[in-house]
Amino acid sequence: MKRLIACAVAMGVAGFAAPAAASEDPTKACFIYVGPVGDYGWSYQHDRGRLDVETEFGDQVETQFLESVSEGADAERAIERFARSGCNIIFTTSFGFMDATNEVAARFPDVKFEHATGYKREHPNVSTYNSKFYQGRYIIGQIAAAVSETGEAGYIASFPIPEVIRGINAFMLGAQSVNPDFQVRIVWVNSWFDPGREADAAKALIGQGVDILTQHTDSTAPMQVAAEEGIKAFGQASNMFRFGPSTQLTSIIDDWGPYYIERVGAVINGTWEQSDTWDGLLEGNVAMADYTNMPEEIAAKARETEEAIRNGTLEPFTGPINKQDGTVWLEEGQRATAEELLGLNFYIQGIDGAIPD
Amino acid sequence: MIEAIILSVITAATPLLLAALGELVAERSGVLNLGVEGMMVVGAVAAFAAAQAAGGPAGVLAGAAAGGAMALLFAALALWLATSQVATGLALTLFGLGVAGLAGESFVGLPGVKLEPIVIPLLSDIPLLGPMLFAQDVFFYLSIALVAGVAWFLFRTRAGLRLRAVGDDPAAAHAVGIGVLMTRTGAVLFGGVCAGLAGAQLTLVYTPQWIENITAGRGWIALALVVFASWRPLRLVAGAYLFGAVTIAQFHAQALGIEVPSQLLSALPYLATILVLVIIASNRRFTMINTPAALGRPFVPDR
Repeated sequence: MKRLIACAVAMGVAGFAAPAAASEDPTKACFIYVGPVGDYGWSYQHDRGRLDVETEFGDQVETQFLESVSEGADAERAIERFARSGCNIIFTTSFGFMDATNEVAARFPDVKFEHATGYKREHPNVSTYNSKFYQGRYIIGQIAAAVSETGEAGYIASFPIPEVIRGINAFMLGAQSVNPDFQVRIVWVNSWFDPGREADAAKALIGQGVDILTQHTDSTAPMQVAAEEGIKAFGQASNMFRFGPSTQLTSIIDDWGPYYIERVGAVINGTWEQSDTWDGLLEGNVAMADYTNMPEEIAAKARETEEAIRNGTLEPFTGPINKQDGTVWLEEGQRATAEELLGLNFYIQGIDGAIPD
Repeated sequence: MIEAIILSVITAATPLLLAALGELVAERSGVLNLGVEGMMVVGAVAAFAAAQAAGGPAGVLAGAAAGGAMALLFAALALWLATSQVATGLALTLFGLGVAGLAGESFVGLPGVKLEPIVIPLLSDIPLLGPMLFAQDVFFYLSIALVAGVAWFLFRTRAGLRLRAVGDDPAAAHAVGIGVLMTRTGAVLFGGVCAGLAGAQLTLVYTPQWIENITAGRGWIALALVVFASWRPLRLVAGAYLFGAVTIAQFHAQALGIEVPSQLLSALPYLATILVLVIIASNRRFTMINTPAALGRPFVPDR
């Protein structure tokens, strides 16, 4: 029933998802998802984090969620309803909820807001958090270049926002570290979640000769198409091994549990403060699935790279790196700043094509 | 590569064609059922579940049955209790999406059963055309057969004439003794079965897995296609395949590195639809002849 009502809200009808309250005055943690919790990708992983919070705090917390909330006017209404209903902390888990989160936060100074993947903290009660997925993308780029026979990978991309562009660049930096001539074909599907379109894009890319697929969209469809066509692919957000037991090389797994537990814990203890968190492999927010379907020496190299990124000896965005047009972006040894990375809006050298405006 | 492109166009167009064909028959009888998306998604989850339990063919049947059951729910409310068709249809979509999500909760993350194609001997050996047309899944054959069947039924049989009469002037049809509500119920049921089949195609052929909201708006596109085809079944084929072709072509264009803004490419199928609609609408007489005159109006027989 919870799910039914949540769906109704997403379609613009007011309503609420309300599991029974546990004990006296539990802290209320609320989550807003852009996709259905059953996408087995992005929103699914956020919901796993929510369940981790429930497990950790038991009767001390009560959680609620709204799924399939579209990025637009609906989002502000959904967030506001949550704020009014007595949520103590609200996690808004998509880039497109950024402005709506800040607007509602201004009206509810006592409620804590946590916005994922954004950069605006206009009020003291708004924090932002993100994960360094690009670290994982560097690793899969290396694997792609080592495994590919055609020297060409297909990349199914969602929207041209810095998060996605950063991923493409990191993937190519990894690939170029193995094969400087490696090529990537990028297809934008202009959706986070549309299994049919993602499958169509995958078929188009395979038809044009790529033998490795990677995706920055949320469904398991591309993995399945890759399995049918007999090429290799990387999973996204969750471990998609079951959809391609002889196809998946590895998967970049989002693990939001530790962060959600920390932040909800801070609300319970009264120690919550505004923050901007950007964690990665080291902190466990980003994890790699087992390295499978590849020769052992490539897997060993991948583990080595993973360890180097974790202990800080390797930072993917370290110069020399040129921009697409050949001009210098980072000098030898120079590292990109967090701001540069968070606002990244250009391709590095070696990627063909233009970023859609 | 041409073959690969055409095969994926067929896969993309078939669910649209099936769902739109069912809606076309319902609308010809004067019933506007906006619940196509809901019937489709319930068909999709039922097909996935049945295929897991008893194999692909059981999935096809379950999808059709589930779509039909949803349609009967709509018929009970909108036809026999004469509720607003628009509101009931929208409610059916919301209900369908919710129920399917709930029923499918345990299927998330399970690889599905892919329906095997039916290869027709001899014919499938024809170069190029053979593999495209005669080594397809059952949904493709069904969609083509149903289009031909519906075209014949609507315009060449007495029952088809009655159905169209009910859609144009239910009061007159009632006066000459045609059972308006029964005719409409039958048409709506056919629409539901077709939508259920379209949903089953998604979880058995297109992307053999269950994910919530797997229809991703295809039911709404099917609704638009009915208008696009100006309620003529054969035009529906053209519409569905045009839509499918433009959808697939944009991905190939991008993968080839053709420098066209991807947002424009994504919008192309819709722009093409609008263009055709404008052309059709400019011929008023043609539109008048084909639009069911009583579309969307509830009918309560006076006793």
